[in-house]
Amino acid sequence: MRRRWLDPRVQEHIAFASLWIVMIVVSLPVVGIMGYMLYRGASALDWQLIADAEEGLLPAIVGTTWLVGLTALIAAPLGVGAAIYLSEYARPGPLLRIIRLAIINLAGVPSVVYGLFGLALFVIMLGFGRCLAAGACTLALLVLPLVISASEEALRQIPAGLREGSLALGASKWQTIRRVVLPNALPGIMTGLILSIARAAGETAPILFTAAFYWLRDPYPNSLFDEIVAMPYQLYVMASEAPGVPIEKKWATAFVLVALVLGLNLVAIVVRARLRRRRW
Amino acid sequence: MEKDTTTQAPITPDITDSAERPTGDPDFLQAALDPGRTGPVQSGEEHRVKIETRDLRIFYGDFEAIKGVDVTLRDREITALIGPSGCGKSTFLRSLNRMNDEIAGTRTEGQVLLDGESILAPGTDLVSLRRRVGMVFQHPNPFPMSIYNNVVYGPRLQARLSRTEADEIVERSLRGAALWDEVKDDLHKSALDLSGGQQQRLCIARTLAVGPEVLLMDEPCSALDPTATFRIEELMIELKEHLAIVIVTHNMYQASRVSDRTGFFLLGELVEFDLTTKIFEDPEDERTDAYVRGRFG
Repeated sequence: MRRRWLDPRVQEHIAFASLWIVMIVVSLPVVGIMGYMLYRGASALDWQLIADAEEGLLPAIVGTTWLVGLTALIAAPLGVGAAIYLSEYARPGPLLRIIRLAIINLAGVPSVVYGLFGLALFVIMLGFGRCLAAGACTLALLVLPLVISASEEALRQIPAGLREGSLALGASKWQTIRRVVLPNALPGIMTGLILSIARAAGETAPILFTAAFYWLRDPYPNSLFDEIVAMPYQLYVMASEAPGVPIEKKWATAFVLVALVLGLNLVAIVVRARLRRRRW
Repeated sequence: MEKDTTTQAPITPDITDSAERPTGDPDFLQAALDPGRTGPVQSGEEHRVKIETRDLRIFYGDFEAIKGVDVTLRDREITALIGPSGCGKSTFLRSLNRMNDEIAGTRTEGQVLLDGESILAPGTDLVSLRRRVGMVFQHPNPFPMSIYNNVVYGPRLQARLSRTEADEIVERSLRGAALWDEVKDDLHKSALDLSGGQQQRLCIARTLAVGPEVLLMDEPCSALDPTATFRIEELMIELKEHLAIVIVTHNMYQASRVSDRTGFFLLGELVEFDLTTKIFEDPEDERTDAYVRGRFG
């Protein structure tokens, strides 16, 4: 028996150190980006930035909130419903494989394509015009694959024993899903949904042609078919086209947007932690 | 699929042998030694036929897991099904309440008659079948909800229950499963906080709550310690006063302790089926003899 080249305890130290370095490298960009934005935009980051009557970000924050709220309302039933069908009802076969492939591909479609598709379908063909509803529908399409795969994963986590226990008591498939499977899959489903929404909140391209304006006389929407202002588009125009915006304000705006998205992600983490405290 | 148990040592047919018996609980020892309890069915004694299978064949895809089984299961008796892992005894058991339907690619041929009526006929109502033929699984699988809600889960699938009706069902079922005294003050606590043995008795209570005529038990004690196992066995002997019990077990002590009749499965065939005393003391088939003496499996 030959001796190992390295003592296992030394290996352990090396492995631990390498993984630790990887962790630092991975988390550096987030900290770096946030820090840099804060550094560049700190001087503009005040209550005025948000609440200023003429140029404040509040309308854009409200617009984005409406947008993602509506997106969630559309994407949740569609996505969860599709996931239930796929994981509980669909029989394995070529059709199912094709559907899955389509969903995976949908997740890979560039967001600007969603934007153009939304423009063609919702804005022009269905005659919504460039408005809140058209933007939310477009964003819903964008996050649908994420919601479906997260929900499917959550449903798959439910032990088969629970399903069998329910069926053996004379429950129908739907009763089993409704009373045992869904309530226990809810934490996973909610987490997926919130993460998707966070993604939608930061997207620019899908709302570029379908919903958002840079400046509106009346920036708060009164109906689903009203035009809106939204955070990512605001930032996009500010950074690329709008004349005379001080550089600090651009950075501060970017910081607010990222903070909004991170805030949503944080909510997802808290929800997951709270609901996951049960065991089987 | 099926885990090996450690109890496949050579079998002593003497069921009063106390070596296996749990210690430390005088009540249960007393109950075990009480001569007044229901004894096993004797030769010549015949209860009513409850379930009959005729040339039952079950396929997973192309694999024939059950190869033509004819057997008669009787009311108010405990029938034990024994045999090595993968011999098809669980598959057979699951055909009696059509749980195999839930596994894609399963096909069943032949006949299964419950009170003389086919349960394989097209249009058979699976809901009422499964309420008549209840099932307890290998791993305790209480729902992640309160003890109370676990018990009323089945009844509430069919009807809205008043508070008093629900309370009544919960108490009767938990008493029936010998769990009431232990949990009556904690009915609204999570079922997952119970011990493994209590969870399994809760699963039995949950099944009793829908009023079954037959109770199928798929290795119900293999995940339990000896004391919990013993309680379940006691419970089975009480329950057979009212219903037919079919139990799949790897534990031959268990089969010999609780059952009236025993069937020995091997490679998808029912090799031998007879009174338990006969199977363990004087089996006809030499394969049965070898198995119950622990020479293989």
